[in-house]
Amino acid sequence: MATKQIIHGVFGDEVPMMEACKKLRASGIRVKDVFSPFPVHGLDPVIGVPRTRLAICAFIYGITGTSLATLMMWYMQIHDWPADIGGKPNWAYYFNIPAFIPITFESTVFCAAHGMALTYLLRCWLVPGAKAKNPDPRTTDDKFLVYLELNDEQAKKADAILKDNGAEEVNYKGTLYIEPAY
Amino acid sequence: MNTDKLQFTVPPKAKMASFILMAIGLISIIAMFMMDTNEDPEYNHNRAWSNIFSSAFFFMGISLAAAFFLGLQYAAEAGWATTIKRVMEAVTMYLPWGLSFLMLFFIVSQLHLNHFYVWMDPTVAEHDPIVASKMGYFGAFWWIRTVLYMIAWIWFTFKLRKNSIDADKLDIDVNNSYHWKNVKLGAWFMVVFGVTSSTSAWDWLLSIDIHWFSTLYGWYAFSGMWISAMVTITMLIVWLKKLGYLDFVTESTVHDMGKWMFAISFLWTYLYFSQFMLIWYSDIPEEVIYFQTRWESYKALMWTVLFVNFAFPMVMLMSRDSKRNFFFLIFVGTIILVGHFLDVIMMVMPGTVGHHWTGLSWMEFGTFFFFLGLFIYVVLNALTKAPLRVKNHPYINESLHHSI
Repeated sequence: MATKQIIHGVFGDEVPMMEACKKLRASGIRVKDVFSPFPVHGLDPVIGVPRTRLAICAFIYGITGTSLATLMMWYMQIHDWPADIGGKPNWAYYFNIPAFIPITFESTVFCAAHGMALTYLLRCWLVPGAKAKNPDPRTTDDKFLVYLELNDEQAKKADAILKDNGAEEVNYKGTLYIEPAY
Repeated sequence: MNTDKLQFTVPPKAKMASFILMAIGLISIIAMFMMDTNEDPEYNHNRAWSNIFSSAFFFMGISLAAAFFLGLQYAAEAGWATTIKRVMEAVTMYLPWGLSFLMLFFIVSQLHLNHFYVWMDPTVAEHDPIVASKMGYFGAFWWIRTVLYMIAWIWFTFKLRKNSIDADKLDIDVNNSYHWKNVKLGAWFMVVFGVTSSTSAWDWLLSIDIHWFSTLYGWYAFSGMWISAMVTITMLIVWLKKLGYLDFVTESTVHDMGKWMFAISFLWTYLYFSQFMLIWYSDIPEEVIYFQTRWESYKALMWTVLFVNFAFPMVMLMSRDSKRNFFFLIFVGTIILVGHFLDVIMMVMPGTVGHHWTGLSWMEFGTFFFFLGLFIYVVLNALTKAPLRVKNHPYINESLHHSI
């Protein structure tokens, strides 16, 4: 059975923390996560977080909103009960398209924004009653925490890198048992 | 960092290109005045004059909106754009040139050498009660306003530039005194520009169609200027980076400029469409006439303008990668810039040339080239006047490390 140690590298500032992350990655150690009190610019590529796919979701939600609004207005105002729009002919959707554009736009934005927010909240599991996942409450105040899960050999290397780059504390938070893959 | 690259020198090729453009433009303008006639004795080279006004206004608008954007950065205390401040300043330095051309044009119009503004002819008001009722606002008061706009804009622009250069002459600006001066100036410029951008558009553009009116018009004209300015600044930055200058401008800053191009294209579309839809919806003859002229004689151009200025940037600039691709920015920027020039043509021509319009021709682009050549010459010359990176600015470090 393989074991991994859980290591918390605690920093007081984001600049040495970034530097430490760069060095860790350069020596082949995977940075599992970083917890910080505020968003640190440029951190994602340093610790190897892939680019967000939220934009693709937003596009799909937006297209959905456009289609829904178009379908709704076509059904209500042209098909089911042709409405008199400023005395203009209403035999087809495209005759009155300027009148439909604001609603199409609003619906697109509505669906894209709400879809994106909900996707984000669900993906991060930020739901009512969810338990806080940050390993050290000080990361919500003024500390930056590099979270690592490493085997013994890597742990020694990481320990030295963290301390050399100005980590205030390196805390060992127990071991993690990993079931071997059969 | 390569410090000798902080001083820009105009590449001989660019200088040559600007002179060639001006020469082509000058020849076109002369040819245009000889060829632009028709059987209507009242016509009086209307198209030639409208072309001159359109091009002069378009390039003036670019530098004016650049001045607005520069002032906005100060007023909002934004840090990200500090590294490209000198590029914006250089673009604003065309403002006096642009305004002088407009002033000359207005003087020529007042001397009745053209029929550009119908209300400048005193005989029109005698038998047109609508024009007569508006003459209190036009006439002498129009001239007073025109002069005031020009003085105010030039004063603000030069003051912003002077403070910025004076700050660089100090070794260290202890209390950021010049910066705070500019913050105050920028804020006041926002107030002045907020009013004058609308009223100047009414006075100079809307009054071509003196019978017609639209409250949205000022913002519509302004958004067109703004997007043109953002595109010009972005293309200038990309070009300078290609030449090896502006190493210190991060890709994120260029990306942000791409976002501005994308966003202001939408602002323009929003305003254009709002104006159109309200008029279309209410269907009042005196308002609809504006779009009827355009629909009848300028249909292809109208759709081109809408497509190039809305659908095209929307599709092309939506993804993150395209906003970080220099070739893409230049390619899309060039097309949007032409699109907004055509938009100015669409604002001016139907009111002056009307149904005599025969479609776009070398006349429009010839005139455009003259002003483009001059614009390039003036802006590049202004770039050489100061180091490309501001020295004493409280946010320069933030901007140097800008990353998104």
